[in-house]
Amino acid sequence: MTLELKGVSKQVEGQTHIHPTDLTLEQGTMNVLLGPTTAGKTSLMRLMAGLDAPATGQILWQGQDVTGQRVQDRKVAMVYQQFINYPSMSVYDNIASPIRLMGVDKAEIDRRVRETAELMQLTPMLERKPLELSGGQQQRCALARALVKNAGLVLLDEPLANLDYKLREELRVEIPKIFEASGAIFVYATTEPEEALLLGGKTATLWEGRVTQFGPTPEVYRQPVDATTARVFSDPPMNFLQISKTGGRILFGEGQSAEATGKLAELPDGRYMAGFRPNHLEIGKHAGDAMAFQATLHVTELTGSETFVHLDHDGERWVGLVHGVHDLQPGEELTVWLEPRHVYIFSEEGRLVAPAAYALAA
Amino acid sequence: MAKITLDNLAHSYLPNPGSEADFALKELNHDWDDGAAYALLGASGCGKSTLLNIISGLLQPSQGRVLFDGQDVTNAPTAERNIAQVFQFPVVYDTMTVRDNLAFPLRNRGRDEKYVAERVQEIARMIGMEEMLNRKARGLTADAKQKISLGRGMVRKDVNALLFDEPLTVIDPHMKWELRTQLKKLHHDFGHTMIYVTHDQTEALTFADKVVVMYDGRVVQIGTPEELFERPEHTFVGYFIGSPGMNVIPARIEGNRAYIDGSHVELSQGFGALEGKVEIGVRPEFVKLSQSEGLPVRVRRVEDVGRHKIIRAEFFGNDINIIADEDEEVSADMNRVTFDRDHVNVYANDWRVQGEAA
Repeated sequence: MTLELKGVSKQVEGQTHIHPTDLTLEQGTMNVLLGPTTAGKTSLMRLMAGLDAPATGQILWQGQDVTGQRVQDRKVAMVYQQFINYPSMSVYDNIASPIRLMGVDKAEIDRRVRETAELMQLTPMLERKPLELSGGQQQRCALARALVKNAGLVLLDEPLANLDYKLREELRVEIPKIFEASGAIFVYATTEPEEALLLGGKTATLWEGRVTQFGPTPEVYRQPVDATTARVFSDPPMNFLQISKTGGRILFGEGQSAEATGKLAELPDGRYMAGFRPNHLEIGKHAGDAMAFQATLHVTELTGSETFVHLDHDGERWVGLVHGVHDLQPGEELTVWLEPRHVYIFSEEGRLVAPAAYALAA
Repeated sequence: MAKITLDNLAHSYLPNPGSEADFALKELNHDWDDGAAYALLGASGCGKSTLLNIISGLLQPSQGRVLFDGQDVTNAPTAERNIAQVFQFPVVYDTMTVRDNLAFPLRNRGRDEKYVAERVQEIARMIGMEEMLNRKARGLTADAKQKISLGRGMVRKDVNALLFDEPLTVIDPHMKWELRTQLKKLHHDFGHTMIYVTHDQTEALTFADKVVVMYDGRVVQIGTPEELFERPEHTFVGYFIGSPGMNVIPARIEGNRAYIDGSHVELSQGFGALEGKVEIGVRPEFVKLSQSEGLPVRVRRVEDVGRHKIIRAEFFGNDINIIADEDEEVSADMNRVTFDRDHVNVYANDWRVQGEAA
């Protein structure tokens, strides 16, 4: 079972919402669509579901062209940010309703409702009304209604966005388990990099209507193909600075440089852009080959075990996430450290030319 | 700016509350220091919005008093409390320009136009909207509208307090960073008394000098982010703060040892006899996997979440989470676990017990 998008695009009133996109989703995979609001996540899902017809391209389901086929005629389930349950029906009837509409016989309905309820840990609540459940249970009921159809394609559009932080954390652990048990193709849209990493599977990063990269989630995170992908897949955002290569060395400014080893050695001399993640910036302690940079502290935020330092480095905004609690004053001049192995090198146009050495090892 | 005192405050939505369970907000005495930034943190239904509504005057408490700088305002309407509020969803006048939206609270108080113009310019710079001052609010993104709401909340210098109710819910993660840092900077520059309600621990911890953690209508701990992380006073605080939260494991305490199923871990303090449900609490950050040292553990799965790994394991029949660095190797023969003894807390009936130096 596969879902194939071939050159699929979408236009609304002359504006391009989705640029021509090729994407193949395999059976039994969790596929995360990661990108900010308006990147095109929902548009892409609606095309996959058949809720909207593409302007160009083809959608193939198990090799069959289903472009333009109505959503009712396809085995697709969708769960939205706002969980939708019928308030006057019991949890049992809510879960049963999609397959009752499909005309499944009574005994089979009962079997499937109970099986799905068990999977979603809703068995003790089958006789209750949705409003008597907690927020997390209500969303599990909505998920159960999607799963009971045995749909081959399950689309989840930011399904946890309206839930409390802690509930979200618990469901993020549960959803991959449910998905593994169902064997369907799951597509999960989110704006949060952390959520993509917790869900695992594969991730497609989206930016302004384009899929910038698609691959195993940790690989997209550690080896982004361009600066846009790195930016989308980094929270807090990735830090950047202008650098240049001369002879065998990479010059970072302020007299800091590193040896151009491995892939870097082959790069032509010239100007490049370096990128690094906030958690790789250090203050105080540092490794032997770390480079020092001077920065002005804008503001600090404490999490209890870590400190976010918002910095101004030569007109660039940097964020560092460092271990421990550091009591620093805004306006303070700081020395921050960065190891060469944590640095990604991008061309001036933003294409990745050398991944960080640590990412290749991980 | 003002100090806000809550004196014997409690609230029930029932007309004749009987037992404590009838109270959505259980009895509370607290001073909110003048010029400090507080966060009210808890899950849905914990009473945090009830408390905020009492402070803002939207709700009359069933018992107790609210004082602003010693003056009783319990029965004063919101309009007389001289506070600014920012809500979850943007409240802007669509037909007005950004400038007029920001100027509104000042003009409403009859401030002269010269002052209004200066102040609006200053706030616009802070929220990064100087370029948009002459645009109508209609058609702006949710982010931009919420920035206007924040700016309008901040425009008056003479308010007693600024109250925020989940102000960043509708904002994209990247923009959240920017707005949060701006709020933090504004607090540093102006020293308003700020109360910020949220269910998001990151927002609460990074925004506030002190976080007020609420659970089931009760304030269970008021502390700095560091205190909440290092010494959760209640198992709920341990669970609610941290991702994943603190590991809580049933144990029997004897002196400076905690016994789990006949095996033991050392504690940095000694304890007398403890009554009721006794547990130890240790955060995933202070648990370490090992090949040779410590007590047996069975690793179920390792999650690569980018900057660190979360190891989900089983420890004497209990779930346990362990956090390892991004660089740390996790191999199949790692089936033992050690605890950082200075970071093992002891709980009796969910409340932290202070030990004596061992």
